[in-house]
Amino acid sequence: MAAFLVRRLLMTIPVILGIFLVTFLMKALIPTDAVLAQYSGMVSEEKAADAIAAMRAKYGLDDPWYIQFVTYIGDVAQGDLGESIRTRQPVADEIGYRYVNTMILTASSLVVALVIGISSGIASAYWQGTWIDDLSMSIGLAGISMPAFFFGLVLIFVFAVHLQWLPVINRGGIQGLILPALSLGLIEAAPLARITRASMVQVLSQDYVRAIRAKGNPEYVVILRHALPNALLSILTILGLQIGGLLGGAFIIEVVFGWHGIGELAVKAISWRDFQITQAIILVSAITYVLINLVVDLLYAWADPRVKLG
Amino acid sequence: MSQAHTPSLSDPAAFEDELPDTPPRGKVAANLRRLVRHRSSRFGLAVLGVIVVLALFGQWIVPYDPLELNMGARLQPPSAAHWFGTDELGRDLLSRIVAGTRYFLLVSGVSIAIAASGGIVLGLIAAGGGRWADMIVMRVVDVMLSFPYVLLLLAVIAILGPSLTTAMVAVGTAAIPGFARLVRGEALSVRETEYVEAMRVLGAGPLRITLGTILPNIMSPIVIYASYSMPLAVLSAAALSFLGLGAQPPLPEWGAMLVQSRTFLRSAWWIVAAPGFAIFFSILGMNLLGNAIRDVLDTRTR
Repeated sequence: MAAFLVRRLLMTIPVILGIFLVTFLMKALIPTDAVLAQYSGMVSEEKAADAIAAMRAKYGLDDPWYIQFVTYIGDVAQGDLGESIRTRQPVADEIGYRYVNTMILTASSLVVALVIGISSGIASAYWQGTWIDDLSMSIGLAGISMPAFFFGLVLIFVFAVHLQWLPVINRGGIQGLILPALSLGLIEAAPLARITRASMVQVLSQDYVRAIRAKGNPEYVVILRHALPNALLSILTILGLQIGGLLGGAFIIEVVFGWHGIGELAVKAISWRDFQITQAIILVSAITYVLINLVVDLLYAWADPRVKLG
Repeated sequence: MSQAHTPSLSDPAAFEDELPDTPPRGKVAANLRRLVRHRSSRFGLAVLGVIVVLALFGQWIVPYDPLELNMGARLQPPSAAHWFGTDELGRDLLSRIVAGTRYFLLVSGVSIAIAASGGIVLGLIAAGGGRWADMIVMRVVDVMLSFPYVLLLLAVIAILGPSLTTAMVAVGTAAIPGFARLVRGEALSVRETEYVEAMRVLGAGPLRITLGTILPNIMSPIVIYASYSMPLAVLSAAALSFLGLGAQPPLPEWGAMLVQSRTFLRSAWWIVAAPGFAIFFSILGMNLLGNAIRDVLDTRTR
């Protein structure tokens, strides 16, 4: 286990360096020079030239790229994500509370997706070939064909505009969380249901399940105590991927519901051409995703004795 | 491939013509026939067929110009004159949905072409280009796959600026690493087969083996993977347009038609319903067709 832990942790380092390199390269690939953009048309050309030179020196833009890259990693490690080009505020301050909001949305959607996806997957597998299976899989097919943003709009129409159970505009609190978490969670439940079904069908056909049934255990014990834990292993392997989908989906759902997360800000920042914010958000979310995957892998190792021994 | 003469060992050139170029390659026509007969493909083929017909001939069928403003007919609910209603600028939604079929097909085609060709080239280079090429390509792929899909899209758009072209390039590029990993794996396993070994012994060069034998033999998994990733790519492109980062209004692209649509949910639900359901049913058709393609091509589940 310890060897696996160390190996898995070491594997994370090059990936995180790669993420830094990609976000760093993004800056180089942006056609507009951030410094030039700030000064163009604001002051006389002579003053602008001086100011630009001063800025370039301040941000180390004249250093060779590898020095800039190391400086970049060092700054981020100290919590310095740069300054917003638009507001001149530190980016870390602007995205701090939004990051928490996005994580709340992602986590709640994950709960919805897991509960709905796994239970309907179990139902499908248990009543395999019946109308319950057909219904559940048809809804699943609809789920993977449905754009999350349109589903969000449909939920707003039904529950907020028509039935008026919930507010149209997010005013924070648990009420504002229900619809966005449902839109995202139900969409992501669809692939989970498929995996759960496939995995449960396979587990239920195994001899040990027949043996447990033969001992006269009630069906819910067979399913929940004995079959599900084994089926969950294969669900765990795709959980990391699913969370990536949720995290990305959150970026879109946040815009639909006006949820103040980093996704909503990232979309705005792209149209403002506030590159510092976009870059920081991509960096922070990609690293979050890598760390979540790390946790999922460790969970998998903890749950599956074969990994511990191997 | 000539079948006219029997190869003789004394004539290497003739023998080379008989290299096993087409071992267990699927028969395209037979597969297509099976696809048309497949249960779940019918709806998919029907939907996509309608989309293609509308994209080709729609502009002569529709009653109105999809871009024409008519302030006198703003926000009208569905009626005999406007089947799907009109939007906030009085444009006929039916005409705009029909015009949007072209963008749907354009996005589908361009994004999958970028993803598949990029992935095939990179995957084959990784599989056949030696240790260093393999390592470099696969490390780049690993890093790209460590980004959630939507973040990759945003990164590309932050660099290139929002537009329909950018959105297509972004969704295509973001799908390259998945394709590359698949192609590499499949190519490596085909390379170990006996008929490739036989070709090598008979003196076929690496380029000929790769393009002439390995590539045709891994087309099934590539097509299957494409049938998974195409709906995802098109959905993502629509989402980007919805976010204002893809096709820009007044273009009658379905995702772009939903920008700012939340404000009309209370007063004019049809503005949201028309493009939303257009996207939903097209993607549903694509997914059903994809299921059928997998059933037909995937020999393991047959």
